[in-house]
Amino acid sequence: MNNILNLVPKLPVAEQIEKLTAWITQTFSFLFNPIQTYSELFMDGITTFLLFIPPIIFILLIALLAFFVSGKKFGLTTFSVVGLWFIYNQGHWENLMNTITLVLVASLLSVIIGVPFGILMAKSTIANNILKPVLDFMQTMPAFVYLIPAVAFFGIGVVPGVFASLIFAIPPTVRFTNLGIRQVSTELVEAAEAFGSTGFQRLFKVELPLATSTIMAGINQTVMLALSMVVIASMIGAPGLGREVLSSLQRAQIGTGFVSGIGLVVLAIIIDRITQKLTNKTKK
Amino acid sequence: MTKIKVENVTKIFGKKSERVTELLNQNKSKQEILQETGVTVGVNNVSFTIEEGEVFVIMGLSGSGKSTLVRMLNRLIDTTQGNIYLDGENLSKMNKKDLREVRRKKMSMVFQNFALFPQRTILENTEYGLEIQGIDKKERTKKATQALENAGLGDYIHQHPNQLSGGMQQRVGLARALANNPEILLMDEAFSALDPLIRKEMQDELVELQATVKKTIIFITHDLNEALRIGDRIALMKDGAIVQIGTPEEILMKPADDYVERFVEDVDRSKVLTAENIMKRPETVNINKHGPRVALEQMKREGISSIIVVDDNRNLKGYVTAEDASEARKNSITSLETILKLDIPTVDRTTTMNDIFSVIHDTVTPVAVVDNKKLIGIIVRGAVIAALAGESEEELINE
Repeated sequence: MNNILNLVPKLPVAEQIEKLTAWITQTFSFLFNPIQTYSELFMDGITTFLLFIPPIIFILLIALLAFFVSGKKFGLTTFSVVGLWFIYNQGHWENLMNTITLVLVASLLSVIIGVPFGILMAKSTIANNILKPVLDFMQTMPAFVYLIPAVAFFGIGVVPGVFASLIFAIPPTVRFTNLGIRQVSTELVEAAEAFGSTGFQRLFKVELPLATSTIMAGINQTVMLALSMVVIASMIGAPGLGREVLSSLQRAQIGTGFVSGIGLVVLAIIIDRITQKLTNKTKK
Repeated sequence: MTKIKVENVTKIFGKKSERVTELLNQNKSKQEILQETGVTVGVNNVSFTIEEGEVFVIMGLSGSGKSTLVRMLNRLIDTTQGNIYLDGENLSKMNKKDLREVRRKKMSMVFQNFALFPQRTILENTEYGLEIQGIDKKERTKKATQALENAGLGDYIHQHPNQLSGGMQQRVGLARALANNPEILLMDEAFSALDPLIRKEMQDELVELQATVKKTIIFITHDLNEALRIGDRIALMKDGAIVQIGTPEEILMKPADDYVERFVEDVDRSKVLTAENIMKRPETVNINKHGPRVALEQMKREGISSIIVVDDNRNLKGYVTAEDASEARKNSITSLETILKLDIPTVDRTTTMNDIFSVIHDTVTPVAVVDNKKLIGIIVRGAVIAALAGESEEELINE
């Protein structure tokens, strides 16, 4: 019986993918190389700028932001101040800034690329049918796998880190944008149409405003996923708190590992709560 | 003048439209087609015209295709077959740009659940139609504010829709539709989501409004009382087809088939039928020509105990009773003048039955129906009761 299964010899899938990656790397190196160089410069610039802000000012700014988005409550504000101070106290300030840069850039890119794709999916059934399995693929494929082509395209450092994070983190933004637009009640869409809106007017004056809170929920997820990629991205040389976690793992240093881990948790909670509060604000 | 002409319009939801058309031509019912092909026939070969300035009500139960039909008038839904003409222009063949112009300038729509944009204020909602036409902020604010003030919402313009009650929200919906001064108003179950008292109020307001603005209104409803109250003409739909088109009286008095008849059964006729609908041809004598003898003869022949007296122009003078007439004959009085009684109750031809009750309940004589003093008919008690019981016109005439 096994003969039937062995009828076809082993398919050279791995080889083909390798070939494809190599081909892409070579063919588009004229593109990848400058992207890598300039992105690296750009992100270094952001980190340098963040580090240029005195930590005390930075903490105060975050505290103020937390205070106002949480509706002038002290819980999140206090947590932000204490948490950020703790990271500073442990000597991880520079790592924190590197991580923030990575998360910030990956998330921003996810939104810039993801929202238009979400709109496309909402507007076209064909695009929807094509992109849905692609998104499933992107989300379920172990994130480590993205590291390999990332390194092939962009070498090592923060740029391939952003690339891998982007692929892993973009699906929620696309999905929620799609969902948000599709959820706008038919009557409202009909109203927009009945008054003679053009496609763009309908999108920008009715659908997107009404989908905002759903899209924000997607963005919140995207940011969280980008943050979860920090440690993985550090395996290919992305600097930040993730790298500390990784090196503690390699050296079996439980203490330092935990300290860096807690730093990540603090950052995650602050970002999550603030983006969630912003989501709720747009609901009103 | 004809405003909208709908010509053999059919809407089939789903594919296989050719096969379905074939089945429709074979007079298969909506149900049979659904079973056979899995395709829903929304509207089936409908034709009618709507005159400028009239309130045209399309009514039917849910699933009868009325909402689909109204959406085809502004092409929110495209027709599968047939043509719709607006001012002689074929709407079905219009390109997107022209269609948009029609929607912006000629037609506005009011929705069942108001369809107000929740993120916009009342004013911004009302401005929407003008905003997308690119009218500048100052002018559109002026027009929208005016429309809202006309609707009695001047104080609420900076509120959001969810801060308003249902009735007020629909007033905003109506103001928004009127803000860009359309020629045609499409109202899709506009008052159905409101509670009964507010609904009646809105209906009255719409009738009042229509008297001043004179739009062409296409009003969709499943409520026959509502249709009768506001419609100049009513189209009754069943399973995607129009069963009957007519004025409210025609629908009530001459139902086209059993379906319509069952529909009108539950109507509160007393609010719809007028004196004109239930009056009989009166027996009269002329005060200038006839005397008690003729009056008595006529009463005997008709088997009645009193008779209406008119003059040469059929102006109502009064009535005489048989008793008085025979007394007068005995005394050889030749003029009706002396025995004429004046206490005959009168109603106008447009008086509804509801108001006739109070007139007829404490009188022994029939009620005279007059049009500008001229006698045009009489109403006897039996006719009132028969009309309430829902007997059709022919039966009434036979009595």
